Amino acid sequence: MSVTDLEPYTTEDGREIGSVVMEMKNITLRFGGVVAIKDISFDIRQGEIRAIIGPNGAGKSSMLNVISGFYTPSEGQVWYQGQPRPTMKPFEIARQGVARTFQNIALFEGMSTLDNIMTGRLTHMKSSIFSQGLWWGKAQREEAEHREVVEKVIDFLEIQNIRKTPVGRLPYGLKKRVELARALAAEPQILLLDEPMAGMNVEEKEDMSRFILDVNDEFGTTIALIEHDMGVVMDLSDRVVVMDYGKKIGDGTPDEVRNNQDVIDAYLGVAN
Amino acid sequence: MEFLKKLFVDPFVEMVSYPDFLMQVLWEGLVSGVLYSLIALGFVLIFRSSRIFNFAQGIMVVFAALTLVGFHAMGIPAWVSVVFTLGVMALLAITIERVVLRPLVGQPDIILFMATIGITLFLIGGGELIFGGETKRMITSDLGIPTGSVDFEPFGGLLILQHLDITSVAAAVVLVTSLLIFLNKTRMGRAIRALGDDHQAALSVGISLRTVWVLVWFIAGVIALMTGIFWGARAGVSFALEVIAYKALPVLMLGGLESITGAIVGGLAIGLLEKLFEIYWGQPLLGGGTETWFAFVLALIVLLFRPQGLFGEKIIERV
Amino acid sequence: MFYNTAGQFKTSYTKDQSLFPVKQDAILLGVVLLCAWIIFPMTASEFTFKTMLMPVLCYSLAALGLNVLTGFAGQLSLGTAAFMGVGAFACYKLITIFPEMNIIVAILLSGVFSSAVGVAFGLPSLRIKGFYLAIATLAAQFFLVWLFEKWHWLSNHNPSGAIEVPNIDMFGITVAGPHAAPVTQYYLILAIVTLITIVTINLTRGNQGRIWKATRDMDIAAELIGINLLKSKLTAFAVSSYIVGVAGACFVFLNLGAAEPNFFDIPLSFKILFIAIIGGLGSVMGNFMGAILIVALPVVIKFLPDAMGLEVNPATVEHLNIMTIGALIIFFLIIEPHGLARLWQLIREKLIIWPFPH
Repeated sequence: MSVTDLEPYTTEDGREIGSVVMEMKNITLRFGGVVAIKDISFDIRQGEIRAIIGPNGAGKSSMLNVISGFYTPSEGQVWYQGQPRPTMKPFEIARQGVARTFQNIALFEGMSTLDNIMTGRLTHMKSSIFSQGLWWGKAQREEAEHREVVEKVIDFLEIQNIRKTPVGRLPYGLKKRVELARALAAEPQILLLDEPMAGMNVEEKEDMSRFILDVNDEFGTTIALIEHDMGVVMDLSDRVVVMDYGKKIGDGTPDEVRNNQDVIDAYLGVAN
Repeated sequence: MEFLKKLFVDPFVEMVSYPDFLMQVLWEGLVSGVLYSLIALGFVLIFRSSRIFNFAQGIMVVFAALTLVGFHAMGIPAWVSVVFTLGVMALLAITIERVVLRPLVGQPDIILFMATIGITLFLIGGGELIFGGETKRMITSDLGIPTGSVDFEPFGGLLILQHLDITSVAAAVVLVTSLLIFLNKTRMGRAIRALGDDHQAALSVGISLRTVWVLVWFIAGVIALMTGIFWGARAGVSFALEVIAYKALPVLMLGGLESITGAIVGGLAIGLLEKLFEIYWGQPLLGGGTETWFAFVLALIVLLFRPQGLFGEKIIERV
Repeated sequence: MFYNTAGQFKTSYTKDQSLFPVKQDAILLGVVLLCAWIIFPMTASEFTFKTMLMPVLCYSLAALGLNVLTGFAGQLSLGTAAFMGVGAFACYKLITIFPEMNIIVAILLSGVFSSAVGVAFGLPSLRIKGFYLAIATLAAQFFLVWLFEKWHWLSNHNPSGAIEVPNIDMFGITVAGPHAAPVTQYYLILAIVTLITIVTINLTRGNQGRIWKATRDMDIAAELIGINLLKSKLTAFAVSSYIVGVAGACFVFLNLGAAEPNFFDIPLSFKILFIAIIGGLGSVMGNFMGAILIVALPVVIKFLPDAMGLEVNPATVEHLNIMTIGALIIFFLIIEPHGLARLWQLIREKLIIWPFPH
């Protein structure tokens, strides 16, 4: 089966992969004279796990930042749900259903785990500031309703016992999990994971992989992730984009990518 | 229409018609500017080497001046008093490092900033307790600072330059030059700059944080003493002087918290502009007294268009 | 033992999110409220009302306002006093222009004006951050106090620029001005403070509170998860300046009776800032603890030498007072950077498991 087909299909393990939901068209990103991303195009399909890999400094994080709207591409465009996405603020993009985690954990250290995950719901919360001030009617109901959604996420990621712990006190692995919980609580259309496995030991990596697969499987969430660890990525993802020096050098199923000469060269080095 | 004329035409007509007066205004603005630059400089040094937004810098000016006058009042010769005062400033630097900074290492910036407000209050209370609250005369002539004036007659008008002001500008130039030489040519100076660029890296190559801190606070104290002498000579020595400390803040906004050039240029610019504004716009149109806020509003407007200040580098945000 | 939370179960999210999930907290607050509403008014002298109880409440309210901005939303402000001034002057103009207006309504409305001015000075906060913003708020401080002095319309053309509160009646009782009874004024302030405190607690524990805290803790991440930073910061400026303005109006109209423009100068701003810091940034109750400390301190410093039979002149007391506040700030920052509120929380945590610490 070829991955360039745009028809929906079902994977071997029975997941539905739909049509293209987001497409990068000839993205170039420059900082002054430095070119971080050079003319890259690829797409993300509904329900798949899409990985972006590449050696250090390949421009993976910059790519993710373009997708989440933190950087505006110098050239090219991001298409989302069949429409070119106009230049907008990151918070507006988040409201369109794009949630993400961060390479260097970006939790709100002054809040409890529960409150951190509740912030994931804020794009769905609508009560006015006056109603909240009185803690009456809509505001109170809303708080309880969203708490229910958050509790489901908490159950799903098995972090019930740290619900009311300030996140500052949590160990690294748990912090990563809380961050995932916060992104999940937003019930995103596309979930972006920035090196979800960075700095973890084997056991934690296995846990995280399981959660990623479960999220994709149970909620059908489209996931785009950046990862260093080739092994993990190949096992997890449906399709992989490989970047090197800001350019795309490979795109396809894990098997295709594994056998791509350019990719092998980039990772192992070329004798010349 | 009438108002617009007053706003955009009259001041300039005034400037051109009385160029000697304009020069006088500019000169006085420049002298204030030099002193603002000095305070801002002490501030930048501390910020660069320790990330501390030292609110106490202005109070140190007053405290140094009061100490100097206090020693002299005890019958100690003027220059010996200066040496003693330097001793007190060194002691202050050591105490602050030991009692305040060391226990607070690694706390968030805002906490350290608050701590310097604590130091400010402590010095105000302590200073008034020891020296009393009334205004004192700076021992200008005892220090051998000339007090007369030079008169020029440009364009048939009159321009009066106080010897005191000329001396303070000259002394400031000497102080800044020697400071720059110290920072660029000596081992210790380079250590200070290294610490400003990267704390951890500086520590790992064997630069002692504590020594550097004591040193920069002492240098800030020396700058404070000098500013105190010259400002005190013009306005008398009392805690009312602390208003000039606030003036250093918009200078920092304008010049950037870390830029030595910024402190100097920003200080001069603010000194000049606020004087011009007060004389030609503030007094005729707004009832005067605009010097309290002009610098702040100016800095605010500049920052709206250049958030990194005039001399700061553009920040690329990362996640 | 007294703070045992075992056996207190919650069966719904609404209950778990109630104001005091732990019963003992509610009881403790009840005791405090009882003191404030009944015991103090019955026992306090006129002097105590005027110089201690009412200032504590007004300072607490102002610090609460500042805390919304600095403690919750993370935007450092050094211009609090100026916004108190806006509230006080706005209230003065309101009752001059509409003499029939109820004083409570006037005070609550005057906050709207300070809120608007606060938002105007908060606009740069999206581009200017951290210390630069703090200095920018000083622009508000210096500019507004200058304006109070120069714009004589504000003080009804009083040459000194001062405002003097006339006698104001409400339902036949004099509540403001030289003839008002302190106990009536105390109750009015207490009512306003209680109301605003409850609303603030609600705001800070709900969605808006999370938005502010997210902005404070990590603004970049906050924006990427969907927070409109400008809106978040501006609501913080609006709510904060509203509370601060009401505090200023209360202070002048119900406690001091008169104020000159330079009353709202920078020392008052710092005083409020200390209360917020010593009480604890990001806490509501801490403001009250901080205010009590700041008001009580000069009394203690004055009282101690008296008790030991030493003669100390008032100026010395004032200087010692400033010095002690300075030292206390440093002391508290070293001992517990998060203030009295955190200290209380630590004690509470210990109490919950007392007497079995494991």
